[in-house]
Amino acid sequence: MNGQFTIPKFKLPDFIASLGQKLPQWPHALALVAGLNAAHKMKLLPEAELDLLEGKLFRVRINDTGGEASYTYRDGMFRPVFRPDREPDLAFAANLSAYLQLLARQEDPDTLFFNRELEITGDTELGLIVKNMLDAVEWPSLPKLPQLSR
Amino acid sequence: MSSLPDLICPAGSLPALKAAVDNGADAVYLGFKNDTNARNFAGLNFDQKTMADGIRYAHAKGREILLAINTFPQAGRVGDWHKAVDAAVDQGVDAIILADVGLLDYARNRHPQQRLHLSVQGSATSYEAINFCQREFGIRRAVLPRVLTLAQVEHVIKNTTVEIEVFGFGSLCVMNEGRCWLSSYACGESPNTVGACSPAKYVKWDKKPGAMETRLNGILIDRFGDNEPAGYPTLCKGRFEVEGETYYALEEPTSLNVISILPEILKIGVRAIKVEGRQRSPAYVTQVTRTLRAALDSLANGSEGFHVKPAWQAELSKVSEGSQATLGAYSRPWR
Ligand code: SF4
Repeated sequence: MNGQFTIPKFKLPDFIASLGQKLPQWPHALALVAGLNAAHKMKLLPEAELDLLEGKLFRVRINDTGGEASYTYRDGMFRPVFRPDREPDLAFAANLSAYLQLLARQEDPDTLFFNRELEITGDTELGLIVKNMLDAVEWPSLPKLPQLSR
Repeated sequence: MSSLPDLICPAGSLPALKAAVDNGADAVYLGFKNDTNARNFAGLNFDQKTMADGIRYAHAKGREILLAINTFPQAGRVGDWHKAVDAAVDQGVDAIILADVGLLDYARNRHPQQRLHLSVQGSATSYEAINFCQREFGIRRAVLPRVLTLAQVEHVIKNTTVEIEVFGFGSLCVMNEGRCWLSSYACGESPNTVGACSPAKYVKWDKKPGAMETRLNGILIDRFGDNEPAGYPTLCKGRFEVEGETYYALEEPTSLNVISILPEILKIGVRAIKVEGRQRSPAYVTQVTRTLRAALDSLANGSEGFHVKPAWQAELSKVSEGSQATLGAYSRPWR
């Protein structure tokens, strides 16, 4: 990945969200779960914290694409949940750009939260566990943050 | 070359530690994964292995690791805190940051060679208190609570040979370091008892149409409009009704930011500048460390011509709680 690349803050036009809501939600869920399981397989996720996720229902909503994905962690695997029959234990909602900035470690979730670009509802302690767990992961090749001119 | 103060940066995880080192921290401070430190949050902090990796990484680049054991031993469990001190020495940290006098005494007697710092939680605001800790426990550095004006900090420095460390950036506690029990009022737990203020299990964010409500153990402490910046869910930063008016009666959600007074801080002989935020992510550590590094380096050849670059302030205000910055007590006209 190019070290100089910065993900800008953007919001997709509203009509995309209304389109997104009409599309089947399972591709998002599958992609997300596949990513998490891959990280798990590479032993990137700490076992002790993973145990705390057992049986919890998570929902990730992308506001400006209208996409959402629900998943759970059970018996050592992340699994998509296509038709959740209850409110999630933990729910995230943000625009696509905020998620991309988080993934690239370009922005800190607290920053996005303070600025109201990331919404976290449900079990706050679970949210903290997930956040801290992802922060502690040493991704094999971390995309570099752009340099601030001195 | 004039001697710049050390830049001390926080890390709650190995990636954050590496980010601090890579972006120019002189020292990184950490905590164990338990209630012997004041950022005892699920999933945060270091176990034996990650700490060993972290120490190796920092030492290879000539930087220091400071370990915070900055809570107060709880009745019947003093042994846990002693064990933490022993473990820190075994791990080979450069200094241990302690708050409790009993622990300082233990560390001093058990490990006389170990460098000790007095934590901000130790609440020493006068040179008498600091000199006492030097005489009794051999502390080499004291972290000053964020309650002193710059003139008061200078007065302390003039009257002690202990190195003085001050806070330079980060979220503010209500300036009652080491003594605040507000969180216990709502949750029965406070930083000094369980190592966390307003523990997450008591926090609930409720999305309502047009607003978000923050509750602490069921008590409504704030309500944010959709475009209003949010802060940490601590009692001191709630909005309360006082005599018919609802406002931030105790403290506004803001961050301390001393960049504009760095030359003065250097002039009075501060030895180290600390950044708050072990609970934050590697991205925050990167942004704050590189910004303060750049600002400090620009002072290496004297403070003439020092000017605060807009890019620094923009970077720091973005990551600030409540997106506001303050000079805190450093610039208070009253004392
Ligand atoms: S309530 Fe506020 S002042 Fe008290 S410990 Fe918590 S953050 Fe600090």
